[in-house]
Amino acid sequence: MPGPDMYKLFHQMEEDDIILSFKGAITKELLSSIYDIMEGRLDRMSIEPQRKKKFYHILVESLQNIFHHMEGLNDIDEGAKEKEAMFMVGYSPAKGYRILTGNFIRTVEVQALEQKLEKINAMSAEELKEYYREKLSTTELSERGGAGLGFIDMARKSGQKLEYNFQPVKDGIQFFTFSVAIN
Amino acid sequence: MDPLIIEESIKTPTISFDSSSGVLEIRGKSIPENSLEFYKPVFDWLDQYSAKPASQTEFRVQLEYFNTSSSKCLLDLFRKLEAAAVSGTSKVKVSWFYEADDEDMMEAGDDYQALVKIPFELIKLEE
Repeated sequence: MPGPDMYKLFHQMEEDDIILSFKGAITKELLSSIYDIMEGRLDRMSIEPQRKKKFYHILVESLQNIFHHMEGLNDIDEGAKEKEAMFMVGYSPAKGYRILTGNFIRTVEVQALEQKLEKINAMSAEELKEYYREKLSTTELSERGGAGLGFIDMARKSGQKLEYNFQPVKDGIQFFTFSVAIN
Repeated sequence: MDPLIIEESIKTPTISFDSSSGVLEIRGKSIPENSLEFYKPVFDWLDQYSAKPASQTEFRVQLEYFNTSSSKCLLDLFRKLEAAAVSGTSKVKVSWFYEADDEDMMEAGDDYQALVKIPFELIKLEE
């Protein structure tokens, strides 16, 4: 009996330079495995140690961002698709590394998040440094351990503008796509 | 008081704090999702130590990676030491190590140096 054919999907991921992709619930155990896998892969790739460190650092920060965000959605039913998220790591010699994350977000939270990202993107390297220091000295950790510094830190370490997109999904819920390049 | 020894794990660093010598060392990676869980016993130990510290305290920080959740806890550790230094009970210094190719870790040391009033020495590790 002929079975399903995954070649199209495989080929598409090849075309898009995707080297790792995941969709599902984001757990601490999953994150540990991902760090482990990516560290092993990075060790085998011939890239400069400084860039390797930046990549690893931003990977950790972006995944923990969605991890903390998902923990905040605990009034949504277990097993609902909004409890799931996705992420991808892309690499091409020409464009370098890219980390993409996607997760559901309440529409009421969108405006504040968009303003935060716009504010960060409008800053120079020097302004980001000052902003990070100011936030670091005044922030309190959330119950879940989030410091509210993740986006600032990723912008600062990557030296790139943060890219994002909000897609309305249904009443009160949107899908947030976030992308950062490491050159 | 007993030294504080915590072995490193995939997401957390080695902690080796010795009250008699005043050498407090943190080494490795610090990327737990919730850093408060990990750092709570470290804060507790440091509070006790600050009440009766060694005449000199050296906080040696040699981290490969740390996440933003840990960055806040690190600042709190520095602030506790700052209090001991300000009260004059211990002469405190921070030795911040970074690998020669790791500008980000050097800058992180510089961030803390700007935020706390204790002497920092940024030390480059050659390969």
